[in-house]
Amino acid sequence: MKFGIVVFPGSNCDHDAYHVISKQVGQPVDFIWHRDTNLSSYDAVIIPGGFSYGDYLRAGALARFSPVMDSVKKFAASGRFVLGICNGFQILCEAGLLPGALIRNRDLHFICEHIYARVETSDTPYTNEMQTGSVRRLPIAHAEGNYVCDDETLDQLRGDDRIVFRYCDANGNVTTEANPNGSRDNIAGICNAGRNVLGLMPHPERACEDLLGSSDGRDIFRSLAATLALAA
Amino acid sequence: MKAKVYVSLKPGILDPQGKAIKHSVELLGFGGIADVRQGKYFEIALDDANEQQARESVARIAREVLSNPIIEDYRVEIEA
Repeated sequence: MKFGIVVFPGSNCDHDAYHVISKQVGQPVDFIWHRDTNLSSYDAVIIPGGFSYGDYLRAGALARFSPVMDSVKKFAASGRFVLGICNGFQILCEAGLLPGALIRNRDLHFICEHIYARVETSDTPYTNEMQTGSVRRLPIAHAEGNYVCDDETLDQLRGDDRIVFRYCDANGNVTTEANPNGSRDNIAGICNAGRNVLGLMPHPERACEDLLGSSDGRDIFRSLAATLALAA
Repeated sequence: MKAKVYVSLKPGILDPQGKAIKHSVELLGFGGIADVRQGKYFEIALDDANEQQARESVARIAREVLSNPIIEDYRVEIEA
């Protein structure tokens, strides 16, 4: 199995993701410059966090026009795995690979802190090594993480079990107080209808070692690696 | 030829920046401000002399780049 990490001008979590895949998951991984378009050697692509194109216009809006994104769309359509973290989630929404949009946080602040997120479904390639309902302590670092979508989209996400992570308190209660940014329905992460594309605002790649304050993010990468191992 | 594009949040989409601006306006002493909504304004200089063609091009730019149709509306004006 081979992982690729897309690098846009302004990406800044690309090395964190690279470190986790190479050192924690122990699998081969490449950086993919945003002008490259050949993804044929990869099984999974990570769109990392950061400030692609300086977040000009809207977060993720300009990255969607990078040459690599047409390839990412085809890659996703072929059923291979695309994981968007933070700015990567924003880019996937702007590119139409995931529904909805991420707007300015309810209280306007850039929030950089550890939050709790509840695993809403273990039925995805990214969460199959986790228990549904289990609580993960993960860092967030964003100003535009406030997930919005229309009623119809929300019904669809709920009905198809596509809400993957929701903000909660330490005990797993999904409450308004535990919602850091005002996201609709406390949504922290969703997947597409094919379940092979996941976007989430928390940073699992920054939470893979106890030394960093939490290793709760590691199981996301372990789940994906286990899925890929089964498929191989 | 110049195009002006106005992008505004759809009704019902929360605008925390607009709320903060409204609060500041009230601190300045203005009462009676019901609401403030923040948007974006673009000026695009065009070589194209055909107004109809310019309008179509700019509408596509507004739809596909300048706005996100999930959360925003746009309006295009063309100036000769």
